[in-house]
Amino acid sequence: MIWIDTIIQGVLLGGLYALFAAGLSLVFGIMRLVNLAHGDLIVFAAYLILLLVSLLGLSPFLAAILAAPIMFGVGWALQRHVLNRVLGPDILPPLLVTFGLSVVLQNALLEGFSADSQRLPAGEIATASVQMGGLNLGVLPLLTFASAILVIVGLNQLFYRTELGRAFRATSDDAVTAGLMGIRPERIFATATAIAMLVVTLAALYLGMRANFDPNIGPARLIYAFEAVIIGGLGSLWGTLVGGIIIGVAQTVGAAINPEWQILAGHLAFLIVLLIKPRGLFPRAVD
Amino acid sequence: MSLLQTHSLTAHYGDFQALFGVDVHLDEGETVAIIGANGAGKSTLMRSISGVLTNGTDQVRFDGQPIGDLGADEIMARGVAMVPEGRRLFPSLSVEENLLIGTYGRKVSGHWSLQTIYDLFPILKERRNHPGTALSGGQQQMVAIGRALMSNPRVLLCDEISLGLAPVVIKDIYDAVPRIQEAGASLIVVEQDIGQAMKVSDRVYCMIEGRVTLEGTADTLSREAIHDAYFGGAAA
Repeated sequence: MIWIDTIIQGVLLGGLYALFAAGLSLVFGIMRLVNLAHGDLIVFAAYLILLLVSLLGLSPFLAAILAAPIMFGVGWALQRHVLNRVLGPDILPPLLVTFGLSVVLQNALLEGFSADSQRLPAGEIATASVQMGGLNLGVLPLLTFASAILVIVGLNQLFYRTELGRAFRATSDDAVTAGLMGIRPERIFATATAIAMLVVTLAALYLGMRANFDPNIGPARLIYAFEAVIIGGLGSLWGTLVGGIIIGVAQTVGAAINPEWQILAGHLAFLIVLLIKPRGLFPRAVD
Repeated sequence: MSLLQTHSLTAHYGDFQALFGVDVHLDEGETVAIIGANGAGKSTLMRSISGVLTNGTDQVRFDGQPIGDLGADEIMARGVAMVPEGRRLFPSLSVEENLLIGTYGRKVSGHWSLQTIYDLFPILKERRNHPGTALSGGQQQMVAIGRALMSNPRVLLCDEISLGLAPVVIKDIYDAVPRIQEAGASLIVVEQDIGQAMKVSDRVYCMIEGRVTLEGTADTLSREAIHDAYFGGAAA
């Protein structure tokens, strides 16, 4: 029974990693941009929520709803005024710019909020649990996992059921021809990054309620997100969820065997998947 | 006044000059063919008009407005749609999605809709859920034409719609042209296939090395004049 419990906890943790990864996957899928500041943007959003919580005395959930449009605007402006300038046939400039952004964000947060660990006050929900078939499941991990599924369903609907989604895919295929359809690629890219920042806000909410955070934890979240995206296969959102679950399960099982092995086990699982399936579990047919 | 005209249009790719002062015009309801050998600048002319390449403001005028320096999205929104050379369907989109995306930047009601496109090319209705690039070359060309028509453009630019297709398929494609003309669009048809071009057009321009060397109505130009213009006078 203890093993089943461990694995279920790992699956639920995978939901959080999928939330970290979904925004990264979205941006990469549309504009082939690897955003090295993604983890730091999650931490930035967590501090934004924290600020709203402490200034306005709101619950983290309400604060996240307020933070979402702000992050949407941040994403739009970041893409429009910074990242669009460096997108091109060469993938190095955007990598360098997002790497620089990562350093800037970490230091700005350090300056503004100090290196102290912070946490979003989740109240009773942080410790609440429900009984399910003999297992005690935390309400917060369940909420996180449900949110990840909702985000992925939502993004898939957006991609495959809406005009904006068609424009995303068309621009990703061929930006010049997309222009002939009246699509302005810079705007599509800005919209995509803005939507990715909505997912980032949600990820930040659950990250901040689940554990402590400080200005320097961004890069580690980025690595989990990367691993989830790559295990799943680039461009597949459901694959990203599976990738997140594999890492989450590996980490909890590793930790159950020996607490020192938690992080290592996750990375090992990633390497094993890469060895067996170098293109990930669900690679997109095109590319 | 013409619906669309270019005035001393020049275009460059880096240091290479592809167009040297091209003047063409297209009147409302007219179909104009532009013929010429490979490298004559026909496609560059289409790319300049459609805004893929930007030019001097006044070098292209549409409906009395200068549009030379506008981007492709703005020109498309004003009603100039292009069927690009090589079809350029979106591989991630199904046939129907490829058609639907043709209205992204311009939604005006008119003759053309999914239904009327499917009437024009019935095979596309059967294949509506296939990926666009899983179709045969001729069917892909039908999708590319349908995609451009979906925005009910006032001017339709067709860049080598017969390229790489078998003669019987070319005939199928060109059979659709009169119905496109009847629906009210003015056309510029770029072709290497002179016979096809002459059949559907009112006037013809012939280009060599970035310049217009011959202009006339389709019924008054002799084969010799076209031959000279096409290959340069020396070859005659």
